[in-house]
Amino acid sequence: MSDAPLVRGVVVGHGGLAEGLVDAARQITGVDGEAISALSNRGLGPEDLRRRIEDALGSGPALVFVDLRMGSCGMAARRIARERPDTAVLFGVNLPQLLDFVTHRDLPLGEIVERALERGRSAICRDEEPDGAHADRSAPGR
Amino acid sequence: MPIVLHRVDERLLHGQVVLGWGAELEPDRYLIVDDAVADAPWEQELYEVGLPDGVSAEFHSLDAARALYPEWSRAPSRSVLLTRLPSTMRALGAGGLLRGVPVNVGGIHHAGAREMVLPYVFLGPREREDLRALAEAGAVVTARDVPSARAISLERLLYG
Repeated sequence: MSDAPLVRGVVVGHGGLAEGLVDAARQITGVDGEAISALSNRGLGPEDLRRRIEDALGSGPALVFVDLRMGSCGMAARRIARERPDTAVLFGVNLPQLLDFVTHRDLPLGEIVERALERGRSAICRDEEPDGAHADRSAPGR
Repeated sequence: MPIVLHRVDERLLHGQVVLGWGAELEPDRYLIVDDAVADAPWEQELYEVGLPDGVSAEFHSLDAARALYPEWSRAPSRSVLLTRLPSTMRALGAGGLLRGVPVNVGGIHHAGAREMVLPYVFLGPREREDLRALAEAGAVVTARDVPSARAISLERLLYG
């Protein structure tokens, strides 16, 4: 593990989504509030939301996970990231992505972002047998 | 009805507007009236993210909006007009431009001296005066965050 500061995660979402995701991530992995925290936009104006995200981010490298790209959460996160070079923003947060994040916070921020994108996308899939199984079953003569 | 919704919402163009009201009203375009955003292309890009295909957003200063309003209200396209502040809607409606027009208060959040009136409406003396003046100029002011909610009268907003 390098001596670089661990990347902090902040999940920002509508309603109780962020709290639910972070609660699940903590339950599964046992990570603490320093690793990842949750914020809801409920009842907050744009400035209040921005201030709370900034407070949660702290001073080191950080990754903001947002539910929707469009809307107040995404807007606030993008405004912050524009002024903080060590802060990245991802949209469409999901639990597998968060689980990977909390166990790889020691990696460089750019690498974490790429991992999170890949994990988040690959976690969305349909329940079906591997391609090979389908091919075998439909093969002539079976 | 060319302008299908007039709304005061600090967040301007966001999920509740595009997904909630947008699904109900099916607008062709959003008219954002805000001096600061009209002068900030980068901010405009943020607001345009996530708009449904075929739906556009236009950003206008208050002065431009007052000049364009008669044209907007006659246009065949279905528009949603948004202001961030009650004061902007009040200024737009000055002189009776919004006489008889329903104005929806959809989101004014906590800041400074504002006190909670509804979970999504916080009013201070300034906002109360702006909404009162908007109504005195002829607009029909109610609060409603999403289409499925019940409209709350201005009287209840101002006097409880």
